[in-house]
Amino acid sequence: MSNFFNKSDLTRQDADKIVSETLNNCDDGELYLEESKSESILLDDNKIKSSNYSSDLGFGFRAISNEVVAYSYSNEISKDSLKNSSENLKSTLKSIKGTYNYEIPKSNKKFYEDINPIEQKTLDSKLEVLNKVNDFLRKKDGSVKQVTASFAGEQKSIEIIRSDGEALTDVRPLIRFNVSVMLEKNGRKETGVFGIGGRQSYDDYLKNDNWKNVCEEAFRIASVNLESKPAPAGEMKVVLGPGWPAILIHEAIGHGLEGDFNRKKTSAFHDLIGEKVASEGVTIVDDGTIDNRRGSLTIDDEGTPTERTVLIENGILKNFMQDRHNARLMNTRSTGSGRRENYRHIVLPRMRNTMMLSGNQTQDEMIKSVDKGIFAVSFGGGQVDITSGKFVFNCTEAYEINNGKIGSPIKGATLIGDGPSILKEVSMVGNDMMLDPGIGTCGKAGQGVPVGVAQPSILIDKMTVGGTKL
Amino acid sequence: MVKDEEFLKSKASYCLDLAKKMGATDASVTVGHSISETVNFRNKSLEASDRSDGLALSIETYLGKKRSSISSSNLLDENIKTLIEKCFETTKITPEDEFNSLPDKNLLAKKISSLNLYDETRFENDKKIKYLNDLEESASSNNQIINTESSFTENKSNFILANSDGFCDGYKTSSFVASCVTVAKDENSMERDYEFSSKRHLSDIKQATDLGNKAAKQTIRKLSPKKIGSEKISIIFDKRISKGMLSAFASAISASAIARGTSFLKDKIDEQVFADSINVIDKPDIIKGMGSQNFDSEGVNSNTLQLIENGILKNYLVDTYNGKKLNLKSNGRSGGTTNLYFEKGNISYEDLMKKNSRSLYITETIGHGSNIVTGDYSVGATGFLVENGEFKYPVNEITIAGNFKDMFKNIILANDLEFEYSVNSPTMMIEGMTVAGK
Repeated sequence: MSNFFNKSDLTRQDADKIVSETLNNCDDGELYLEESKSESILLDDNKIKSSNYSSDLGFGFRAISNEVVAYSYSNEISKDSLKNSSENLKSTLKSIKGTYNYEIPKSNKKFYEDINPIEQKTLDSKLEVLNKVNDFLRKKDGSVKQVTASFAGEQKSIEIIRSDGEALTDVRPLIRFNVSVMLEKNGRKETGVFGIGGRQSYDDYLKNDNWKNVCEEAFRIASVNLESKPAPAGEMKVVLGPGWPAILIHEAIGHGLEGDFNRKKTSAFHDLIGEKVASEGVTIVDDGTIDNRRGSLTIDDEGTPTERTVLIENGILKNFMQDRHNARLMNTRSTGSGRRENYRHIVLPRMRNTMMLSGNQTQDEMIKSVDKGIFAVSFGGGQVDITSGKFVFNCTEAYEINNGKIGSPIKGATLIGDGPSILKEVSMVGNDMMLDPGIGTCGKAGQGVPVGVAQPSILIDKMTVGGTKL
Repeated sequence: MVKDEEFLKSKASYCLDLAKKMGATDASVTVGHSISETVNFRNKSLEASDRSDGLALSIETYLGKKRSSISSSNLLDENIKTLIEKCFETTKITPEDEFNSLPDKNLLAKKISSLNLYDETRFENDKKIKYLNDLEESASSNNQIINTESSFTENKSNFILANSDGFCDGYKTSSFVASCVTVAKDENSMERDYEFSSKRHLSDIKQATDLGNKAAKQTIRKLSPKKIGSEKISIIFDKRISKGMLSAFASAISASAIARGTSFLKDKIDEQVFADSINVIDKPDIIKGMGSQNFDSEGVNSNTLQLIENGILKNYLVDTYNGKKLNLKSNGRSGGTTNLYFEKGNISYEDLMKKNSRSLYITETIGHGSNIVTGDYSVGATGFLVENGEFKYPVNEITIAGNFKDMFKNIILANDLEFEYSVNSPTMMIEGMTVAGK
């Protein structure tokens, strides 16, 4: 745990005093202190290309009055710097009159250990794994022309000081291991990427030579794509595989259910609570409480313990995801979804691990039911226009389906759909729910935060596939 | 006030001296300070204000051909010392890479000319509030606009780049950005669009009312969109989308992608990659330019580069490391392009719109659909169906797809180039792309 006060002229008592004075007439706000240590080590083109270590320390001071949020940050933790920020907040909120809401729910549960993954594995042994990856893939097949492998590790310590002197702390480890391979055959080049990670030590993810499985998967995806044909264009049936393809849910539904867009009524879902927005059998939750997952948090960045929030239950829209600010303005409670990339950014309501729960059909039944369509197994990135509800995502592994059978692999195509109506097109929900491998980062308003997704196989009756073959 | 040159130089030389003392054979350091203030408005009232004040330090240490780096925001001498120790310890156990080195001394920038990139004008938050209020008044004057959000950001930065070969220079930059997002609603749909203005000098920022009006107009015209069928059709890319083609092109000719073999433009120097009417230029010395620079992120002098001449690829974007790998000299593009643009074409916007009796005009794309390894392109799109030069109706929930290799060879550019951003393009037409819709 970081001690933010031992290397500064600012004492804990000073901080408490300045925070209380500043937030006295505000509706909410806090001082957020953060120290992060991170590393990234990259092997590329047969060499250790870079090894970077970075340390960051700073605070963000927030004061809220009615709908106005004043925010000031600095990476200098000192009495002067905090006082400057305080003056800055007071000058924005000139004629404020609020009632500070002291209540923060409490929980003793923790969803990961207080470890520093960077220190738990020596640099030498990390370099050794990266070199093994490179040798393994290059020896595996003559078509391997490029290998990139990387470690990224982080420990982030935070402390939240509220107006009554209450302090909430959390230590968050996070790691990711990634392999990308490019193959070339008959003049064609294709890449395959696979990664794993979460909030445990590197070795928890790499035991039993698990790095080999990561290599095999990246190689398999690239090999499939070497044989791919142009994708079809037009509306058709789409079967989504389990796990990572749930980024469809994240883009199509998740963002539209974040509190801020609904308070501002700019989300296509803002007036649909209690309405049927998905087929029967579709239940979607956003869960911050799964042990060691990339999107899990013991407390969110406002100090609220996270929870499992039911968003859609059996097709009916139940809840939005809330931070304290939007919850207060919408007369509800925070769902522990207040997150920020780091102390430089304001808190926004964000997703954690977004999951569609299992139904009782099998992937086989889905494929067999499709005359003409595609089977999408893995995706790259996605994006959504919250207001019109239109979303896209890019296939990185997909196949044609003809007469109930899986056919040739198809080239990376974009799928496009309409958020509010897509879940009504779900006609089968599989019994094979799977979590993603721990690689997701969600972007919103220029802030990236780690997230997870999960889903079973699903059949969507109608979606537009953006290929080139008419 | 943003930290002055003296302060940044003293920190930089402290780092270099320390690294040398510990035994580093070479080192380079960047120290920067940036202050930015943003005011956010929503529906004609203040929503948020945000002030940031940030120092940043990054250091690379070399031991012969071994190299590693650290970065930090904590500039206390004691912390810097700990970090440089850690950095150098890491350097020692990092494997050698024959291409690691500081830039060649004779390529380093020598004379810094003023490009007028810094405007010291302070635009007080009260004035930002007045600007945003005027902006949103005009943006919301039509009652189909149901939500307006706008912001004004003022940024002042200063930096020093120094290396153990004696390079030590930097300069101040400023930027002012006003932006507006509007939401419009009718009985069939809800749509969003935007407009923004980003300049080095405050006096060049667009009028608040013009910005608000334009955002509103662009949003309202998108209401009640239709989906069209799947077909091959000529596509006209609005300027804000056509400049994205240049960004994709730039990433495909970066020396790093070329050296790794992961670009569809590898080994294409002196070959035809665009239609023969196309010229692409990267010009670092535009006065007040948003992408202007005196030298690149390694201190290497950067001159104007003709990247495409009459459709032929002439240059890659070369930094020191990848340059050595490719046996090319750095051309001062570590950190990418500067002010990148297509030279204007010779057909007017009106004539381009009328060139085909039916075409699709694209104003927005979504998704990350550019693959620079294969050149494949597939994105979600929003726009308008154009018949005989006129917008007929808005179109959405479609995708457009093709391959850059073919698309680049079929580009026709209008003559309406303007220098607004760091990447600029005229309106663009590409014939024969596939649209997937119904």
